[in-house]
Amino acid sequence: MIPELGQFSLILAFCLSIILGTLPIIGASRNNLLWMNLARPLSAGVFVFLAISISILAYAFVTDDFSVQFVAQHSNTLLPTRYKFTAVWGGHEGSFLLWTFMLSGWMLAVSIYSKSMPIDFLARVLGVLGILCAAYILFMLATSNPFDRIVPLPPVDGAVLNTALQDFGFIIHPPTLYMGYVGFSVVFAFAIAALLSGRLDAAWARWSRPWANVAWAILTVGVALGSWWAYYELGWGGWWAWDPVENPPLITWLFGTALIHSLAVTEKRGAYKSWTVLLAILAFAGSLLGTFITRSGLLTSVHAFASDPSRGFFILAILGVMVGGALLLYAFRAPLMKSEVGFDLVSREIFLLANNVILVVAAASVLLGTLFPMVYQAITNDLISIGPPYFNAIFVPLMALLVLLLGVGPICRWKKTSVSYLWQQLSKVALASLGLGLLIPLIVILEFSLAATIALTLAAWIVLSMLKDMRNKTANKPSLLQGLKSLSLSYYGMQTAHFGVVVMLIGIVLTSNFSSEKSVLLVPGQRVELGSYAFQFNGTTSIAGSNFVGEEAAFNVFKHDRLIGELNPQRRLYLVSGTPSTEMAIDAGFFRDLFITLGDEKADGAWSMTIYVKPFVRWIWLGAMFMALGGVVAAGDKRYRRLRLRKLEKAEQDLQGNLQAAS
Amino acid sequence: MNKLKFFMPVIGFIALAILLWRGLALDPKTLPSMLIDKPMPAFMLTTVEGSAVSNSDLPDQIFLLNVWGSYCLPCLIEHPTLMRLSEEGEIPVIGVNYRDRQDLAIEWLEDNGNPYAFSILDEDGRFGIDLGVYGAPETYLVDADGVIRFRKVSVIDERVWEEEFIPAIAELRAESDQPQ
Repeated sequence: MIPELGQFSLILAFCLSIILGTLPIIGASRNNLLWMNLARPLSAGVFVFLAISISILAYAFVTDDFSVQFVAQHSNTLLPTRYKFTAVWGGHEGSFLLWTFMLSGWMLAVSIYSKSMPIDFLARVLGVLGILCAAYILFMLATSNPFDRIVPLPPVDGAVLNTALQDFGFIIHPPTLYMGYVGFSVVFAFAIAALLSGRLDAAWARWSRPWANVAWAILTVGVALGSWWAYYELGWGGWWAWDPVENPPLITWLFGTALIHSLAVTEKRGAYKSWTVLLAILAFAGSLLGTFITRSGLLTSVHAFASDPSRGFFILAILGVMVGGALLLYAFRAPLMKSEVGFDLVSREIFLLANNVILVVAAASVLLGTLFPMVYQAITNDLISIGPPYFNAIFVPLMALLVLLLGVGPICRWKKTSVSYLWQQLSKVALASLGLGLLIPLIVILEFSLAATIALTLAAWIVLSMLKDMRNKTANKPSLLQGLKSLSLSYYGMQTAHFGVVVMLIGIVLTSNFSSEKSVLLVPGQRVELGSYAFQFNGTTSIAGSNFVGEEAAFNVFKHDRLIGELNPQRRLYLVSGTPSTEMAIDAGFFRDLFITLGDEKADGAWSMTIYVKPFVRWIWLGAMFMALGGVVAAGDKRYRRLRLRKLEKAEQDLQGNLQAAS
Repeated sequence: MNKLKFFMPVIGFIALAILLWRGLALDPKTLPSMLIDKPMPAFMLTTVEGSAVSNSDLPDQIFLLNVWGSYCLPCLIEHPTLMRLSEEGEIPVIGVNYRDRQDLAIEWLEDNGNPYAFSILDEDGRFGIDLGVYGAPETYLVDADGVIRFRKVSVIDERVWEEEFIPAIAELRAESDQPQ
């Protein structure tokens, strides 16, 4: 009975979304205030019913209701309760419900934090999101209902969650990624509302900018979490594999990054208007394409959910209607957008344009590499695989160029900057960073390394030009502290995110070039050396958890003969599925990670294992955290709230006036 | 013309959508069966032990081509069956060591026993792609002319051998007896 209530709320949410997707939009074009005002309460209604629906699904998991097919397929009685809860998004149906629920959460947030927007604009934004929400719910009801029952004979116990998914990283990675993905739907809705209303001025850029920043920040965290999870769970020491399912979030992220930069130009200078709208549509298309690839079984991959072509066709239809419709609308409306402002060949606008071109080219190449095997198969019926060499060959030089420009862009002035000004500002910075880039690797690793030199030069280049810019901006103020106080939050956000780029750059280059690994066979008591570390194997003990049995090995780790820690990698056998899994042990550090994956026991009592030393690998994710923090800080800038405050002040004045009149 | 450029994105998108739609109709799992009744793809590789090997080294009788890897746990399940087949001389078994590392492969053969006349070393998986390998373990039945006649994805144990391979082999033998 209870699962049927979940199904019923899902249907109610669908009905409300249909109304939300029609009446407020029609109301906005006919100037019907009553219909426009429906947008807010309807959004809240959709949110409430989806919340009920997903809670009921979670309840079915926690209470082991195996008569629900989705529960029976993704949970069993032995599963620890927290994993029962997270199994809600362990499969296609439940994760799509979560996705839709998050969309309604964004809708609710937009309807609450939108006091500064005119009602007709808000009605269109929420209306577009309502259409999207209705399409998603229809997809669930038609092809992948999480509340389908097994009747008349439900199984006594369920199946199992993929063992790689019973893990903390899995609890947070997909929801974060979805949250970021879905956030770009909001920016998309703003863009469509702008196209529909013909209000193609800088105002829509100002309204959508904080949303774009927050969505981008969350997506950044989501992608980084995915990378971190793959790193420690899959146990092969890599942090990015160019897997077909890893790529779409990256494509969306690249479009999103281009978007938040282009939005800055549109808001501040009123230029690139139609380009910004197009990027908003593309970022959204990237997020839908990601769903499509993961859920349709189009590309085979470790991540792919059980595939079903009818689902693929449905998502493709959503993609076609939403993105195709948006692009058509764009084609008719974009010519109306005129940039009234001009700018010089050397100006901040041009640097941001270069940023956009590079990011879009990078996104397009990743998309091409991801889809090419499928295209090739469609044309020739042969299978090929495109690996990391292709992606690295294209991606690395593009990013290097981007980072190089990143040092100049922020210091440039809007509209017109003279080359001699840039030279005067940056020549010393360039020289100093080249010096630092050459010196630091020589001092630290005592040998010349081209990769390290390039990376550290670029890192120093950004940091020094950043400091230079901050000094310029604070030079006129009486004290440094006052100067720093006068800078806006969005400026700090930008600098924080750019600093994140530096941190990530260092992490990526150093990890890729200075990692070492060794596969060895050890008997208890034996010791192996790798770099300046020694690992002593002290034997294994048996372990057992609620749904697995296994062995745990003990290692002492020494650096220069000093004990620095213990590592305990495990080998587990999950009982219900009979699948083995290795739990690697990591000694995480700011400057390096040490980790061990345990293999099998051999006949003579020796164990096979692989030992890794990965310098600076944490910096990759630390950098992503800085970027995300920057995005959030910038979204908190007070100019996005100013309009609202003005209204409040006016209301207060009115109130005072009334009071005086009354007295 | 100037207005037309704004239609570029939607045209590009339609092309992509058609492609994706076409892509959905393909199923990567059924594709390799296209090699059924086709000759083995040509190869010039080395064995796991390091000696050169090509199509001419394949047996000129019916044989099994078994895809395996040291990382592959189900391979251990079918291993006793393959050992029995090769020890009793029922059929020659050739291995394809798929996307593995040479040292680990040698170690695996030493630890578990070697049922293969030889194993083709396919470290980067290219031969596997030519062959349409979906993953280890996977077994092909190849006839005396080097033509692939039957394919089994996943484990062959004694039951699968009895129920699927023995009839397939009998059919092949009957076929080759007839025309002459």
